[in-house]
Amino acid sequence: MNTVLTAPSAAGPTAPTAPPRSAPRIDPAAAVARTRSRAGVGDTLTQTFAMAWRALKKMRRNPEQLFDVVMQPLLFTAMFAYVFGGAISGDVHSYLPLLIPGIVAQTVLTTCMATGTQLREDMDKGVFDRFRSLPMSRVAPLAGPMVADLVRYLIAAMLTYAMGLVLGYRPGGGVLGVFGAIVLAVITGWSMAWAFTWIGTIAKSARSVQGISMMILFPLTFLSNAFVPAKTLPGWLEAFTRVNPVSHLVSATRDLANNGVLTAQVGWTLLTGLAVIVIFLPLSVLNYRRQL
Amino acid sequence: MTTMPAVQASGLVKKFGDLRAVDHIDLEVRTGEIFGVLGPNGAGKTTTLKMLATLLSIDGGRAEIFGVDVAAEAHRVRQLIGVTGQYASVDEDLSGAENLWLFGRLQGLSSKDARATARRLLDQFGLGEAADRRIAEFSGGMRRRLDLAASLITRPPLIFLDEPTTGLDPRTRGQMWDTIRGLVDDGCTVLLTTQYLDEADQLADRVCVIDQGRKVAEGTPDALKSQVGDSTLQLELAPGADPVRAREVVWRVLGAEPATTPESGRLNVPLDVADRAADVLIALREAAVDIASVSVAKPTLDEVFFALTGHGAVPDQSPTSPAETAETAGTADDHHVMEVA
Repeated sequence: MNTVLTAPSAAGPTAPTAPPRSAPRIDPAAAVARTRSRAGVGDTLTQTFAMAWRALKKMRRNPEQLFDVVMQPLLFTAMFAYVFGGAISGDVHSYLPLLIPGIVAQTVLTTCMATGTQLREDMDKGVFDRFRSLPMSRVAPLAGPMVADLVRYLIAAMLTYAMGLVLGYRPGGGVLGVFGAIVLAVITGWSMAWAFTWIGTIAKSARSVQGISMMILFPLTFLSNAFVPAKTLPGWLEAFTRVNPVSHLVSATRDLANNGVLTAQVGWTLLTGLAVIVIFLPLSVLNYRRQL
Repeated sequence: MTTMPAVQASGLVKKFGDLRAVDHIDLEVRTGEIFGVLGPNGAGKTTTLKMLATLLSIDGGRAEIFGVDVAAEAHRVRQLIGVTGQYASVDEDLSGAENLWLFGRLQGLSSKDARATARRLLDQFGLGEAADRRIAEFSGGMRRRLDLAASLITRPPLIFLDEPTTGLDPRTRGQMWDTIRGLVDDGCTVLLTTQYLDEADQLADRVCVIDQGRKVAEGTPDALKSQVGDSTLQLELAPGADPVRAREVVWRVLGAEPATTPESGRLNVPLDVADRAADVLIALREAAVDIASVSVAKPTLDEVFFALTGHGAVPDQSPTSPAETAETAGTADDHHVMEVA
């Protein structure tokens, strides 16, 4: 059945004894000797920042990507304040100290979802085949966009506070308290995003990333103390909101922004964030590798 | 002088579910040569290349690139290869210069060196003027060239090219061929896949033909063609002419068996030299076999496959192994796609 046409000895100019076509300037043996078996920490950092640069460039060129982080804080803050303000706190003004930290948590988490969806979209593009074929750290393609996404969390958190101020919110924690709250929200958002990055690496399409993320995010943000005082909830639900990491973030931000105090809630929030990174960073990298 | 082969693969297997897209393929690519992997869509060419380039896991067998094991030391292998895919593996939202800068940075060049290398490659590939344009505005040929440039940043000793000219117009195709020859002059080894016999003929020092995940032939393009004929004489017999007689005449003149399509009275006669067509025609007239039409054509991949495997490039249900592979994502009739640059 199978036909082998010629023995190697019949080959013309490429027979082992024949001289090469011209003096080779690329020396394979030297190239092999230069190879290293893995990417070092320094390489990983450089590559992560290079990937972050790429993500920022793309953000600048497609500003519509930032639509969600701009519109959501503006729209939701106003909407929730006027719809729920009277019912929950008597009037809009007294609802704001409760609401604003809640909205910050919500927008930051929704932004995480965008991190996951965009990674999935990106990974389906041809350019990711090149990234995969380069001697690159396998963390960099995932971590790079996340570094760039810090910008999104920052925009989301700052705009929410700005909108609050416009509506009459006067945070008791002062500039420092609000600054602390924003930093905490950004850090938390960034850590949580690893979970959504992981979803991005396991899901089949950007759409399904969005679907899965919504299913996780909605209960998590609404079954918390983000928009209502937890004590108004039935006992079992209150118990859940108490352990919900979103509640920790909301409480911590309220303490910082409204009272200017650093409470244990900050510690719990950071700890949760760290746990998410420890679990989902390796899982994401593992999945990214496995897709080869 | 190194005698180590650039690629040494034995018994490569890739399975997608029950399907063996690549079924025990052995390959040896010598340092400094252009090696062509020839086959129709779905034969397993791209899958083979992706396994060698660390883009797909290897399900069976083993492969070494310059003696470095592909499965065990993927990171080292990636430092030795450049890969240019069928579709542009560059970033649409970035400019040509930005793309090359990024790939340079990712491979450890300083920002300054990456910029200089990007500039040099863009000029070398005739993209200097388009350097700051977004890739989205590039033509198909420009994308391919940029893609190839991106594979050369660190001057890797082995370049994989997956169907480098599919979809290019003839002029751009010729330019790409020149570029590929230039790589070898620099000391590169090139492994390319193609579905064009003439591309393999033009470029490759040696060719292997893959069909349904198996290697069916290997050798120089000349050897391959001598099996198939340099060109094909296509005869259409006049109504009433005797096909059996016609075959006898061809056999007597050329010593080769023509492929026949009895229902349409067609004969495809492989010719080693196109001139011999005349001998056949004269002999046919002397034998009083009437002919309706005559043409001489270069052998198509189909004819190569017919000669090598007994079936056409698009197999009609062979019992040996299933035919489709993940590669079928590519268009089925890339053959005649022309894109104006």
